[in-house]
Amino acid sequence: MKAPKFSYVRAESVEHACKLLAEHGDEARILAGGQSLIPTLNMRLSRPALLIDINRLEHLAGAIFNGKEVRVGTLTRHADVMLSHMVAKYLPLVAEAIPHVAHVAVRNRGTFGGSVALADPAAEMPACLLALGGRLVLQSVRGTREVAAEDYFHGLYQTARAPDEMLIEALIPPQTSDERSSFKELSRRHGDFAVAGVAARARVKSGTISNVRLVYFGSEVKPTLAKTAMAAAEGKIWNDATAEAVSTALASDLDPMDNLLGKPATKLHWQRVLTQRALDDITSKAKAA
Amino acid sequence: MKTEETQEITCKVNGERITRLVPVRQHLVDFLRMDLQLTGSHIGCEHGVCGACSVRVDGKVVRGCLMLAVQADGQNIVTIEGLTDSGEVADLQAEFVERNALQCGYCTPGQLMTAAELLAEGEISTREEIRTFMSGNYCRCTGYHAIVDAIETTMKRREEASRAPRPAKGKA
Repeated sequence: MKAPKFSYVRAESVEHACKLLAEHGDEARILAGGQSLIPTLNMRLSRPALLIDINRLEHLAGAIFNGKEVRVGTLTRHADVMLSHMVAKYLPLVAEAIPHVAHVAVRNRGTFGGSVALADPAAEMPACLLALGGRLVLQSVRGTREVAAEDYFHGLYQTARAPDEMLIEALIPPQTSDERSSFKELSRRHGDFAVAGVAARARVKSGTISNVRLVYFGSEVKPTLAKTAMAAAEGKIWNDATAEAVSTALASDLDPMDNLLGKPATKLHWQRVLTQRALDDITSKAKAA
Repeated sequence: MKTEETQEITCKVNGERITRLVPVRQHLVDFLRMDLQLTGSHIGCEHGVCGACSVRVDGKVVRGCLMLAVQADGQNIVTIEGLTDSGEVADLQAEFVERNALQCGYCTPGQLMTAAELLAEGEISTREEIRTFMSGNYCRCTGYHAIVDAIETTMKRREEASRAPRPAKGKA
């Protein structure tokens, strides 16, 4: 199908985009990579009055390490995240996750910020941000504020971003050299939407895992920190007994969606399998190091 | 009823500079097909799933249905027509024909556009890597095997050609 009629403005600056958002609020949409927005227009699931195209704001693209954290600009294409030496060096979890993001043609155009702003439950980057304790910078005519990933994702496509705010960048603390991470995803075909997935990280010392952080996506309405499962793994040797305890605990952390992709019980099972694989992977990475 | 908003764009399509007035809601593939009669890029799903509309924008393969024509302003677009004329994938096209890596042919322009990006990397990929790279392009006829064969063979032939001793240049 064809998109409904809308007005189109090419933003000349962040201030210009914010001014338009202030004037039009929820009637306006920021057009970045358009890899989710344009399908919803073509299918007429969405009818914004105005599209604000930010693709010419090139200073919003790129990932840099400022000595304290990695700043990923909102307009950084997935393909550039994939090629980024900064991401490879400081954010191995993101580097492991990014090949799972869609297909090459979508990665060439889709953006990091677009994925985070949309908050699709199957998206990889929101889960990584939450696992890494990232923060998001939002700007509007009212000013600029930072929101922690833990407070940003509210629900199905729901975030802390107000209708007049634009996502500018993500600030992500670098992973430390004594921790290992793993990213596991289940989808029908490579690059398709995840039906289940986990972004995991932990410190491993002589087989004992600590500072465990497990974030689940795909099955839940939003990226979900599994606090009970994390507590079950914390300070334990990763073995069958720990795996069993984590697996049991996971039932109280997750509330999988019931939809065409599977029943909640099926998805909980998938997430348990992926958890086992992720923590096996983390401990074997630690052994190999 | 909202009026149809239009904007003038200037871009390069297959090496030719063109200026046109486009409705802002028109996507790039409709513009290429209907306004420029470049019907080699096909429309399958129109929501970014099938890959039949793949075109090259500023050197990168993208979904032609997920980009607005108005966004092509100032960009360099190459469609399957331009890619064919340049001879860049003549070897790959010959391999497609050689082993019937197409039946109905609807997805083929998109398959070639995506494969061209992998081949341009100039590295040898495993069959699994080829499949992963091509995973965003649906083919409902071939079962993909012959497509992967064609890409793999082209990749290996190019690699062999690059390693072969070059004939001496000049008069000698």
